[in-house]
Amino acid sequence: MTSAIAVDRLEVVFDRFRALKGVSLEVREGESYGLVGESGSGKSTLLRAIAGLAPVSSGSIAVNGKKLGARRAKAFYREVQMVFQDPYGSLHPRQTVDRLLQEPLAIHGFADGEKRIERALDEVGLGNGFRFRYAHQLSGGQRQRVAIARALILEPSILLLDEPTSALDASVQAEVLNLLEEVRRRRKLTFLMVSHDLAIITHMCERLMVMQNGEAVETLTASQLIGHRVNADYTRKLLRASEGFVRA
Amino acid sequence: MSAEAIQSRRDWLLSERPASRTQARLGRAYVAWRRFSANRLAFVGLLIIIALLVIAALAGVLAPYSPTVGDLKNARLLAPSAAHWFGTDDLGRDIYSRILYGSRWTLYVVILVAIIAAPIGLLVGTVAGYAGGWTDAILMRITDIFLAFPKLILALAFVAALGPGIENAVLAIAITSWPPYARIARAETLTVRNSDYIKAVQLMGASPARIVLRHIMPLCISSLIIRVTLDMAGIILTAAGLGFLGLGAQPPLPEWGTMIASGRRFVLDQWWVAGAPGFAILIVSLGFNLLGDGLRDALDPRSGDQ
Repeated sequence: MTSAIAVDRLEVVFDRFRALKGVSLEVREGESYGLVGESGSGKSTLLRAIAGLAPVSSGSIAVNGKKLGARRAKAFYREVQMVFQDPYGSLHPRQTVDRLLQEPLAIHGFADGEKRIERALDEVGLGNGFRFRYAHQLSGGQRQRVAIARALILEPSILLLDEPTSALDASVQAEVLNLLEEVRRRRKLTFLMVSHDLAIITHMCERLMVMQNGEAVETLTASQLIGHRVNADYTRKLLRASEGFVRA
Repeated sequence: MSAEAIQSRRDWLLSERPASRTQARLGRAYVAWRRFSANRLAFVGLLIIIALLVIAALAGVLAPYSPTVGDLKNARLLAPSAAHWFGTDDLGRDIYSRILYGSRWTLYVVILVAIIAAPIGLLVGTVAGYAGGWTDAILMRITDIFLAFPKLILALAFVAALGPGIENAVLAIAITSWPPYARIARAETLTVRNSDYIKAVQLMGASPARIVLRHIMPLCISSLIIRVTLDMAGIILTAAGLGFLGLGAQPPLPEWGTMIASGRRFVLDQWWVAGAPGFAILIVSLGFNLLGDGLRDALDPRSGDQ
């Protein structure tokens, strides 16, 4: 079986700052893979590099067995889509939900736009009543649902999730996570998910990679993390930090 | 229309769950209109501009005399009276009629300059801002060069090269007034180009042209409309200035700046010859300024949730 995403010794440099220092990663097809680490550890950069939004200086990325060049082909975007962290910043302020969802369909020349938009809104639990609203007429959770609908409307096989729930409050967070789980089961998607919340990662992902300062610390399975069978000191520190939060 | 009908129509416009594209669009326009019309002065500005449009359209009906043929024998330099509301000029022409016809030329200049300069500025600014790098550097240095010249002097140079006439005046003003628009559009573009919603469109596989045209330009347009409206007064004044210097509209065209120029010789004894067109310029410039201020309040993209 080919891996959905294979990243090999990836380096990303922003103005002399090495954000990623030779990170390698392999995500199997249909798997849900987590990336954890503190802020600035490079986890979001890794995600953006895969999406083509960060400058790759060396190393390689392959998606579904095909190696990616510096420029992404149009077909790439039908395989890989992304959900951003901040639902308040990821929707165009002057476009209705309808317009937002139509855009990817227009770019990729889908003919049955009407039906697809209705289906996409249904799938994320937003009725037709939301279709002609502007982003400012939606709550945070609703916005994130629209963002998920937009990512799914091109029927990708891989979804990159950049802390999709960290900007939402706890109850909405659970709703959105459940929605993501459900969508993944139904569509057999591959997830690559960034979070700093270990509870979310262990709930959502089968395997995960711990990152620090632009480097991979270790790769674990969710059960290893739950059972505290970890090797690196840094992971232990992260675990302790998250437990301290629970006890308080 | 009964009160209930008005109320239900308002509810339809302000609905939180619009049922169609048109309703969503109309609803937004209505919110902007309410914000605009709450501003009394802006409303006055709008009325002035509407009056200007009506006068320009109906000049042929409203004007009691010909704008170009005067009564040299009997009606030279008459003071304002019931027969000639604003008096007559040195060639015996009725100034009131000339001002009514002159509104057409004012509108002609303003509209042509706006539709030439604004799109150029918008295109240069958004492309420079979005592309960055060398494209940005080259386009912005060209803009800087144009900005470095005093506007009227550059317009003078253009008219001198192209020959006097109202078309060339329009061209000269347009060529000198796009750089500020490019600056504004570029600044707006820089604030949005790294936002997640533009990244999201990039991730849809949209081409740069599509992103600039369909996603960035709509965000720049409102600040551009405001700026263009506020500049209208300046455009009218520059056109009048060129006319005054004899480089814009040529006599006997009833252009307001040219009319002031010809009234200059007897401004102390027959003040109405230069005064009436001067007052017309003042009123129209004021109207555009008030309108621009009101639009700024109604369309400002930073005033939250538009």
